[in-house]
Amino acid sequence: MDNQQFSKPVLGIETSCDETGVALLRWEPAAPGRGLLAHTLYSQIKLHADYGGVVPELASRDHVRKLLPLVREALAEAGLTPADLGGVAYTAGPGLVGALLVGAAAARAMAWALGVPAIGVHHMEGHLLAPLLEDDPPAPPFVALLVSGGHSMLVEVAAIGDYRILGDTLDDAAGEAFDKTAKLLGLPYPGGPALAALAGQGRHGAFRFARPMTDRPGLDFSFSGLKTQVLLAWQQSDRREQTRADIALAFEEAVVDTLLIKCRRALATTGARRLVIAGGVGANRRLREELAKAGQQDGFSTYFPRLAFCTDNGAMIALAGAIRLAAGQHQGEAVQVFPRWDLETLPPAD
Amino acid sequence: MNLLAIETSTEACSVALVHGEEVIARSELAPRRHAELVLPMADALLAEAGVGRHALDAIAVGRGPGAFTGVRLGVALAQGMALALDVPVVPVSSLAALALEAPREDAAILAVIDARMGEVYAACYRRGDDGTLQPLDTERVCAPEALVLPAAEAWQVVGSGWAAYAEILRERLGVEPLAADGACYPQARHVAELAVREFRAGRALPPEQALPVYLRDKVALTLVERGKA
Repeated sequence: MDNQQFSKPVLGIETSCDETGVALLRWEPAAPGRGLLAHTLYSQIKLHADYGGVVPELASRDHVRKLLPLVREALAEAGLTPADLGGVAYTAGPGLVGALLVGAAAARAMAWALGVPAIGVHHMEGHLLAPLLEDDPPAPPFVALLVSGGHSMLVEVAAIGDYRILGDTLDDAAGEAFDKTAKLLGLPYPGGPALAALAGQGRHGAFRFARPMTDRPGLDFSFSGLKTQVLLAWQQSDRREQTRADIALAFEEAVVDTLLIKCRRALATTGARRLVIAGGVGANRRLREELAKAGQQDGFSTYFPRLAFCTDNGAMIALAGAIRLAAGQHQGEAVQVFPRWDLETLPPAD
Repeated sequence: MNLLAIETSTEACSVALVHGEEVIARSELAPRRHAELVLPMADALLAEAGVGRHALDAIAVGRGPGAFTGVRLGVALAQGMALALDVPVVPVSSLAALALEAPREDAAILAVIDARMGEVYAACYRRGDDGTLQPLDTERVCAPEALVLPAAEAWQVVGSGWAAYAEILRERLGVEPLAADGACYPQARHVAELAVREFRAGRALPPEQALPVYLRDKVALTLVERGKA
């Protein structure tokens, strides 16, 4: 990873769903976070709230409006011009095809115009490398828990680019379960963070929900049944504000406890001593606290990205892209996106 | 001047290069392959003309209307190139570019693209005495049956809307068109031709202001509209 060109900054572009993220990063292998020169983000949450969920066509339309202003902002923040760039990285998948295409086309065209390499990044690789941007970055091997609105998976990271999926969700992703449960409890879209805030006012032990799939071996998740339990509990309750908070707390505890049980199991299975947490649900305070506590008890280290890098962002794409560009990898001139893309098929990055 | 033009809003994918007085182009009918074709086509044109990327003065793009994904692809490519090269973008109507496919000088032009879902994108034009294209109305999306056309003695029709709705369009025109071609599409060489005039008239834009024109802007129902709020 000593390619001379990659002392130059890499532009990272993320447009796989409803956030437009842009970052500039100079690859510094010893401390990647120190190479982060700028990052900017525009969230479309307000745009989609009226529709009760992400509308793919509207997401694509918004990316094409917001991307260039964000690129300009990031360049200005870093005091750079496009001519200073050594490469361009973009999320090539998985995600919404139309949304991915906006970022991929603009990124690929910029690289073409500048005569620098471009690299399509796997969105989930971006997430699981995001903790490398923090102080004291984790070195492989480690186990990563990726939990977001679209994913719940446990991944064994033997080396950067060498990923084995240990467990995945069979139905709803953890973040999706948060959002759907919030909706059942009458909280506005996207309800996940609101649900977590409400749980803060709940009373322990008022309700208790099952920890799905923890009573059998394996590392897969299933959260859709939990939603049904919540619905029944709510319908049969007095529906007072305190009850709503109690149910929210019991739901959050069930999800966090389930994730914790599976993380412990994954660490035991692989013998890894480091646990990386990434994805939007990684911003959940109870999850962060419980995993850190378990780490102290069991003797494993936990690594969390800062909150802004738990959710979708350009910095993680710039990082994953910079690592692969430094390894000499890049894409041809075809603008290609992969709405479905298996993480395990990625090539090693060194 | 050197100007690169991209048109990907319909089934045809094309790129053109204006180099001094010369215009060269690549075009392919390649539904679903636009994303892989544009940059290699651009490379081939620049190599043929011996023009470097940094010698480009502007990027032009057919900004729609057309297929949403195709329109966005072209605009995002043009934006990315222009930002990197620090040159402006000249967005051009894909219907106007389509109108330049019309063969005759002596008849009004109906440019009409099949918009799916029972509608068309349409606009009418006339060739001016100086050879320029003059709009007779404004571009819109509507059912072909609802198309209201300006008065003209003679017509010619271009675009996939004719292939889909020839009978209905004949009724709307009230006359048999002197020429009609349902198998022609907006082409980058015509985007380039229109863009050169726009550029010289000072109507090039910073790349972030060159945005798609979809015409169909209602693409989803809100919770309130679905009665679920």
